[in-house]
Amino acid sequence: MEQQSTIAGQKPSNKRSFTDRIFPSLSGTALAAIFIATLLFGFLILPVAKVIYVAFLDPNSGALTLQNFGDFFASSLFRESFFNSFYVSAMSVVLASVFALPLAYITSRFEFSGAALIQSLGFIPLIMPPFVGAIAMQLLFGRNGSFNLMLANYGINIPFMEGLNGVILVQSVHYFPFILINLSASLRNIDRSMEESAQNLGAHGLRLFRRVVFPLAAPGYLAGASLVFIKVFDDLGTPLLLNVNNMLAPQAYLRISSIGISDPMGYVISFILVAFSVFSLWASFLLMRGKDYATTQKGGGGLSRRKLSTRENVVAYGIVIAILALVLSPHIALGLLAFGTIWSYSPLPDGYTLGNFNTMFGQSGAYIKNTLIYAGAAAFLDIILATAIAYIVLRTKIVGRQWLDYMATAALAVPGVVLGIGYLRTFNDFDVPIIGKPLASWWVIIVVALMIRRLPYALRACMAALQQVSLSLEEAAENLGATRSRTIRKVVIPLMSGGILAGFVTSFATAAVELSATIMLVSSNSDAPLAYGIYLFMQTPSGRGAGAALGILAVVIVAAGTMLAQFIIDRERKTRTGDQ
Amino acid sequence: MNSTRKTLLAGAALSVIMSTSAMAAEKLVVVTSFPNTLTTPFEAGFEAMYPDIDVEVINKSTSSAVKYIQETASSNTTDLFWASAPDAFEVLKGDNLLVKSGVSNAKIPSDVGGYPINDPDGFYNGFAAAGYGIMYNERYLAAKGLKPALQWDDLAKAEYFGHVGMSAPSRSGTTHLTVETLIQGDGWEEGWAKWKFISGNFSNVTERSFGVPDGVNSGQFGLGIVIDFFGLASRASGFPVDFVYPQTTAIVPANVGIIANAPNEDAAQAFISYLLSVEGQELLMLPDIRRLPVNADAYFNAPEGFPNPFDGSIKASVSFDVNKSGERYNVVNSLFDVMITYRLDDLRAAVRAVQLAEEKLGDSDNAQAKALIAEARALIAEMPIDEAKSLDPDFAAVFKSKRKAATDVIEGRQAEIEQQWDEQVVANYKRATELANEAASLL
Repeated sequence: MEQQSTIAGQKPSNKRSFTDRIFPSLSGTALAAIFIATLLFGFLILPVAKVIYVAFLDPNSGALTLQNFGDFFASSLFRESFFNSFYVSAMSVVLASVFALPLAYITSRFEFSGAALIQSLGFIPLIMPPFVGAIAMQLLFGRNGSFNLMLANYGINIPFMEGLNGVILVQSVHYFPFILINLSASLRNIDRSMEESAQNLGAHGLRLFRRVVFPLAAPGYLAGASLVFIKVFDDLGTPLLLNVNNMLAPQAYLRISSIGISDPMGYVISFILVAFSVFSLWASFLLMRGKDYATTQKGGGGLSRRKLSTRENVVAYGIVIAILALVLSPHIALGLLAFGTIWSYSPLPDGYTLGNFNTMFGQSGAYIKNTLIYAGAAAFLDIILATAIAYIVLRTKIVGRQWLDYMATAALAVPGVVLGIGYLRTFNDFDVPIIGKPLASWWVIIVVALMIRRLPYALRACMAALQQVSLSLEEAAENLGATRSRTIRKVVIPLMSGGILAGFVTSFATAAVELSATIMLVSSNSDAPLAYGIYLFMQTPSGRGAGAALGILAVVIVAAGTMLAQFIIDRERKTRTGDQ
Repeated sequence: MNSTRKTLLAGAALSVIMSTSAMAAEKLVVVTSFPNTLTTPFEAGFEAMYPDIDVEVINKSTSSAVKYIQETASSNTTDLFWASAPDAFEVLKGDNLLVKSGVSNAKIPSDVGGYPINDPDGFYNGFAAAGYGIMYNERYLAAKGLKPALQWDDLAKAEYFGHVGMSAPSRSGTTHLTVETLIQGDGWEEGWAKWKFISGNFSNVTERSFGVPDGVNSGQFGLGIVIDFFGLASRASGFPVDFVYPQTTAIVPANVGIIANAPNEDAAQAFISYLLSVEGQELLMLPDIRRLPVNADAYFNAPEGFPNPFDGSIKASVSFDVNKSGERYNVVNSLFDVMITYRLDDLRAAVRAVQLAEEKLGDSDNAQAKALIAEARALIAEMPIDEAKSLDPDFAAVFKSKRKAATDVIEGRQAEIEQQWDEQVVANYKRATELANEAASLL
């Protein structure tokens, strides 16, 4: 590697001594890349490989073979499952966009007093506590849920939650915040002058949005859309909730988690999930190749906002409230479940009580504390890693840097149970020095699992943010004498702050309710997070109310944490740009 | 942070870590799939008897627990595995991860309702039993104008179409035992046929066994095939549900076993003794737990109306053949999933078509229609393999794929066989639907 010189006007020194040829001194970014690659390899690739390698073995003779993959493609059930997964993912992106675009458009184009409402509530659908979230949705939208019971008087029954369409609806409601948050972040980063130039040339309103604003915001939209697509393709929680078995991810899970059967097909499917997810990511890169989304900004001015007339205000509020009511309905149902006594085959609970909260608070102190620590640490580590990977991929010329992105994103495709088993297998024999326990039993491993599983969310947000930062700003900084690390710290990261926040929010919100890897790794109740606490409550019929109460508490805590993060970053942004 | 603060913090952390482990004199680590409502009374009772021992209960789902014990075997920290279905214990036994407890109690008979209580090889002890039955939601049935189903056969009736829920044998060891019991009781062909027509009435196959009482409690579906304590605990919690035992039920055991290389084997044995003693067994009859003790003496203090499997108040299918069940365990799981779970829509369509045709037929004497309907029924019930094949060790080995020696080679692959079955059943269900529709059009 050449010596890097960042002092303007000086000829780079090309003399390399003998030792330099053998041990080329690596730049900071190269070292960072190697460190991250090792981290991802050690905590993702290796543990997963230890579990999935079974896919390449012939179960009968133990020899290496690709026959299992042949079996996969020869099986009509698997081919159907593959197609179903693809169809559901694509339609979920479409429906999620339908929810997200109006909200993003309204908040970014207009002086809308409800913007704060959208910003603070828009990510809550991501926080779906395990088990109770599912029950709440069934009680509201199920075939005998509140809506259908009321419609039964008219002889109508709407299959909201049946089959593939049910999966599409639930997934869109659950994951549309990915598009909303990332799209909003990019819209806020577009320079006003771009818009003004277009208006000078005669473009207005919708045409302006379609031709100028939306293309400039494309990195954010594509980040969100690709995340929704890949996540829905790999998600097994919702299909299991709706008992839809003929999709790929639940097929893998059912085969892997059955007791005793050593069926390689579960691992074959896992491998195919990973491969297809990386392929989808690569395909989304093709869409963005060769285009430049950066605008030279003063630092986050954002689009100019038009005032709304009263009538327009009412319409805007109507749309926003309708969409929010739909996407927050599971949480409303969860609230009813938490405060309700018995809710069985009726539109609303039979009665209301605070008893569930009493029960819950009495048992959940440790869970709450652990969740804040685990999810907070995981999200924080995620944004550091994500910023570093985004910088390496987009700003350096290091060989193989794209693979950092692929590796990190592949984590979306790995079922939590596979990661959990992989960690147990890899780290159980590795004793942590001072603590004296195997790494697999130390609570830090849960943080690592959460960090790895949520890294893709932070990464997509940071990539989108960095794509909007113009290279010329960094070059200007370096021309003025800043070293690379100073430039990154003082110029790049502040300009990326919207995306970094988006990454933190999505990582934190989803890490707080993760259960599948956690349940495998928890080795002591005092180390358990909230999601595990909900699992414990949900094992008995009488615990349903307390479980829902804990679920609501999870939502409140995560919402509070993310709003705090938003507040801190927005305040910093305002002092920097000095407006509004 | 300057270095003094850092060292102080590190020192404090170290001392906290070391002191927590020094506080309890002895520790007993139990990995269990049972809920807190069951483990807490036993934990309290045992710690009262042995104040020096601190019981730590770690809760995991059965399959997570099995994987956890398998993966941490090399530096094992678990003393006991405490769970329901024997299949999990069989897996651990096969991996040599259990040791014989050596604990027994003279008041515990060798079997309950035809099912052996303990592992014949002594690697795990049965400590409780439960019966299977039918749970139903009173509001749901009232709204749909249905009567509760009281026997297994009732669940196959046309009026219950779309109203029944159950878990799959591959997802729940206790469900597996129920499926196997019916097959052994009625015979291979008859038993499977009955399951197919009952499954045709399913609204869904839940992913875990608790999904069934959950679904009935919420009113998602009206009837569920559940284990008794789920149904009774739900009713006790205030849900508008009720539970009945059919005339012949399956009695399924719950077990406990000591893990190989347990850190505290003595305490583990003491715990098992406590579980099997009359004091421990009486805890099982608490309303929150509601399981059947296996110690005959425990029934002296039983509450009014508490069923006793030893005196005939619950009747179980007699002569359950444990060896047969064990030999074809994975085959039965696979058959159920391929024929029913993964093709539930096709099966339901076929069964519904037959039910509608039979309804139209009524009492009339249309020979052609009758023949078509009979043929449709036969197609739905058709099995890809017969009982002899299911018990053939070479065939079953394909599904276990556990090579004992490196030189073992097993012919055939599970995926390949399942694909053949899948093609066959899909074609059968489709043809059956066509025939039934044809019959209906004749009437």
